[in-house]
Amino acid sequence: MKPFTYERATSPAGAAAAVARTPGAKFIAGGTNLLDLMKLQIEAPTHLIDVNGLSLDRIEPTPEGGLRIGALVRNTDLAADARIRRDYGVLARALLAGASGQLRNKATTAGNLLQRTRCPYFYDTNMPCNKRQPGSGCAAIGGITRQLAVIGVSEACIATNPSDMAVAMRVLDAVVETVRPDGSTRRIPIEEFHRLPGETPHIETALEPGELITAVTLPPPVGGTQIYRKVRDRASYAFALVSVGAIVQRDGTARVALGGVAHKPWRVEAAEAEIPRGAKAAAEAMLADARPTHDNAFKIPLVERTLGAVLAEARG
Amino acid sequence: MRNPDLAATRRDLMIGTAASAAAVAAPCAAGAQTATTTGPAKAAGAAAMSKVSFTVNGEARTLELDTRTSLLDALREHLQLTGTKKGCDHGQCGACTAMVNGRRINTCLTLAVMHEGDSITTVEGLGSPDNLHPMQAAFVRHDGYQCGYCTPGQICSSVAVLEEIKAGIPSHVTADLTAVPQATAEEIRERMSGNICRCGAYSNIIDAITEVAGRPA
Repeated sequence: MKPFTYERATSPAGAAAAVARTPGAKFIAGGTNLLDLMKLQIEAPTHLIDVNGLSLDRIEPTPEGGLRIGALVRNTDLAADARIRRDYGVLARALLAGASGQLRNKATTAGNLLQRTRCPYFYDTNMPCNKRQPGSGCAAIGGITRQLAVIGVSEACIATNPSDMAVAMRVLDAVVETVRPDGSTRRIPIEEFHRLPGETPHIETALEPGELITAVTLPPPVGGTQIYRKVRDRASYAFALVSVGAIVQRDGTARVALGGVAHKPWRVEAAEAEIPRGAKAAAEAMLADARPTHDNAFKIPLVERTLGAVLAEARG
Repeated sequence: MRNPDLAATRRDLMIGTAASAAAVAAPCAAGAQTATTTGPAKAAGAAAMSKVSFTVNGEARTLELDTRTSLLDALREHLQLTGTKKGCDHGQCGACTAMVNGRRINTCLTLAVMHEGDSITTVEGLGSPDNLHPMQAAFVRHDGYQCGYCTPGQICSSVAVLEEIKAGIPSHVTADLTAVPQATAEEIRERMSGNICRCGAYSNIIDAITEVAGRPA
């Protein structure tokens, strides 16, 4: 690990300003992803600003009837919150499907949204990777791609977003609240938060340099049967090959987002009109522009079958 | 007869080797320092030190550490609490599991300096050879290990798992999210998935934990 200096932040705006004005500075919260990457020198910040002392660890009702989740709420606490379990089951389920108990105790809501891809070529520093070293090329394309993206890919990158939580946040229409280095705040809809790789796969979110997530808000509960189904190579503690987050209403209408298939949680609102016609029609509409590789083409039928299982479970 | 001079352990030998390497390097560093009049310039890439105070197994400890030091390395290398093990050092195996403020975490994936004021419990704090924690005794009784390297992490994790179930925290396999979870074998298996045992002692580990949970295996 490269040496770094360390300070504890005393205010969200102060932390944002400090990261913006200090070259090589990064925020650290749970640290479960950042420290892993620092040990591999994939991340090499020269200054860390510890935001754990900021009081951003509460879950509060919003005036609109939703919930405001502080950026530092740990994944365990979010999944265990009675309101989340009762009204936002897809979120509790997605969180519990991710990582291990030890990691969920540390990992934060904001950090989960910012975790980096687990593409093996991003992790292998002997390989070119446009995400790790912009302009160096993509060793994944033409490489071993079984885990990688099938849609929204570019010539520069075919990595996936690894988060389960983000898939649920997408289906729930969550909004990311931030503070910028100048102290101003803004609200970023989750659909605009994560980016597709395009020519700049190293730019993964809509955040500006130094911009700090302070909370994620959920709109009022929408009811329905809420399901998160994750398909993976082992029953626990593995990243998704494919996952489906869904909220299915009694009249057969539904919202659906996919994990494990793209550089961001994959939701196509226009395709949701097909859901009452069945999983095949809906999956085809969601993945119409898919460009799978030989190794990961299995994800296309796997999405259809997983969605079929979710819709069947929702019908009861 | 055994020569006491040769009774050095492997650990002493490693520490001794590291110390002599540091001694060789030291004169160069001192020379560079005296060459400046305004104090040691902070060379790019130089280690940064930071002070941290926390409680480990009930005892207050203060350390001056390279900021890069993980909590795991602080426990093992600076406090000589070598019960907590380093396996993968990347949060994948769980050998480094200990409790911080009552919650289990991977001590390899957290910086020691981030734990100012925290209360840390390692396997040494759970019990001692002549006064075993019930979970330690159950692992012995059920042969919940072979080589033993993952065992401190397994034991810290399992003590925390039963607390998490008692606290009503759901898991991936909890059928009804609004119901109180039970310490079934299925629940324990899921909740222990962050602790890998390469010897494959899993079935005996489940037996040990279910016994402590007060349920038949």
